[in-house]
Amino acid sequence: MDFLTGIFVTPFAEMIDMPDLFFQALWDGFVSGTLYGLIALGFVLIFKASGVFNFAQPILVVLAALALISFYKMGIPAWISVICVLIMFYGLAWLIERLILRKLVNTDGNILFMSTVALSFIIIGAAQWIFGGRPSSMIHKELGFPTGSLEWPMFGGGVYFELLDISAAVVAVLLIIALGLFFSRTKIGRGLRAVADDPQAALSVGISLNQIWVIVWFVAGVVALVTGIFWGARSDVSFALQIIGFKALPVLIIGGFTSVPGAIVGGLMIGLGEKIFEIYWGPLLGSGVEGWFAYFIALGFLLFKPQGLFGDKIIERV
Amino acid sequence: MVNETKKVMMEVKNINLRFGGVIAIKGVSFDIQEGEIRAIIGPNGAGKSSMLNVINGFYHPQEGEIWFNGEKRPSMEPYEVAKTGIARTFQNIALFKGMTTIENVMTGRQLQMNKNFFWQMLRYGPAIEEEVKHRKRCEEIIDFLEINNIRKTPVGSLPYGLQKRVELARALAMEPELLLLDEPMAGMNVEEKQDMSRFIVDVNEEFGTTIALIEHDMGVVMDLADRVVVLNYGELLADGTPKQIQADQAVIDAYLGVPH
Repeated sequence: MDFLTGIFVTPFAEMIDMPDLFFQALWDGFVSGTLYGLIALGFVLIFKASGVFNFAQPILVVLAALALISFYKMGIPAWISVICVLIMFYGLAWLIERLILRKLVNTDGNILFMSTVALSFIIIGAAQWIFGGRPSSMIHKELGFPTGSLEWPMFGGGVYFELLDISAAVVAVLLIIALGLFFSRTKIGRGLRAVADDPQAALSVGISLNQIWVIVWFVAGVVALVTGIFWGARSDVSFALQIIGFKALPVLIIGGFTSVPGAIVGGLMIGLGEKIFEIYWGPLLGSGVEGWFAYFIALGFLLFKPQGLFGDKIIERV
Repeated sequence: MVNETKKVMMEVKNINLRFGGVIAIKGVSFDIQEGEIRAIIGPNGAGKSSMLNVINGFYHPQEGEIWFNGEKRPSMEPYEVAKTGIARTFQNIALFKGMTTIENVMTGRQLQMNKNFFWQMLRYGPAIEEEVKHRKRCEEIIDFLEINNIRKTPVGSLPYGLQKRVELARALAMEPELLLLDEPMAGMNVEEKQDMSRFIVDVNEEFGTTIALIEHDMGVVMDLADRVVVLNYGELLADGTPKQIQADQAVIDAYLGVPH
């Protein structure tokens, strides 16, 4: 009986009792949710354009963060360093298209997938060789993002907003809106959807697959850079950062592998869900709920709605 | 409507196409004149679709030349060929299944949209005019092919005959000089075939589009085509007007078999 009360009554009573704590949890969950969504977005873009689960996406996040810090340490001003990273990613996208995608066009999805696995190890090796493997700290302060926190009196208590979290949420939302407009309204966006649907037909109306691939990999790189800056700011920048890529998997399963809104909604569901669950139901199960909650939800989706909330019936290719 | 002074628009010369040891096309030459409907016929495996794929840039022949509008064409990728004014449809419908009819047709305007992507994102200024202009043209084509009632339907859910028509609409949206149709009437019933034949003739006469088509239905071919090329086992068997082809002994033998 106590156990049932603990599940169905006490948590909700606590939420009503201390609305400021509840609101804090919602805010924290929202921030990590948008950041999960960002990582997932990088996967979705490439999956849409070339039908491949890009195993190298998490390592792109690390590469972006490491490169940014290295450029800055070389004495280049912070924002110029950002531009340098963007140029580097454009070059990388071009190389990947030239050396991998172009050779493997029309081959099985698994072959492409394996090539992204290989790519991730090549990038790890190259990045360690060039940038070194020591953890370093992100240069978000130098980029002009505010630090510190704000306490806002609310519901008789107070809610803390980390200024960095606010900027992360704002930048993430702006990026998502921009990408949404880019892919729904521009010629390139239409081309991307066409290529995803039927590459041959896309070629026949004059869309260059090569150009679309370069653009998409570059955009995935931009997303990786933003992700890298804000995740890097929350912890150290090291190769361990790529583990957050695994958090994107449940997000993708929930939102669907091919849906941009799905990545966002999935990210928010995981972010909010794990925070709320950890705080209110966590004590029942011992702590550390945040570690497995996402995968638990994803498992439920795999059993009952394997294509995700917004996805096409394409999941068997992964 | 062939008249004697017609200009040659496309000429393929001595095309040889091999896949490993398999010879798909063997020394085939023919031309397509401006404004005509040119049929390519032949039994299954004769190399008809391969020929279209060569013209379209999907296949690159080992030997041979392609001349288009009086110039020898270098080896090109399909998207580059599209830029030269050649559109096509496919034997097994190749539509963008997740998109609606109008969206599919709009992809045909892809090459003509050249405003800055930033304006397109914001739907602002010059990009609005551009979008409106192209959408209008697409609506006209949709009206022309009598598919306005399915404008907003995702094409994946349409019946086969209508999908073929949407594919034609997308190709027309490119306003091509030369339109390649790979079995535009395959799998259609009599009524649908009649509609499609009418559209092909209308496109040819009203837009002045040159058409090369592959078709199996002999009745249709004889009605539509100004001139016919016959391929058999990758080789050119005959080339002439429908009347000449019908009377050609080699063609009759290839289709009906030679008595032993």
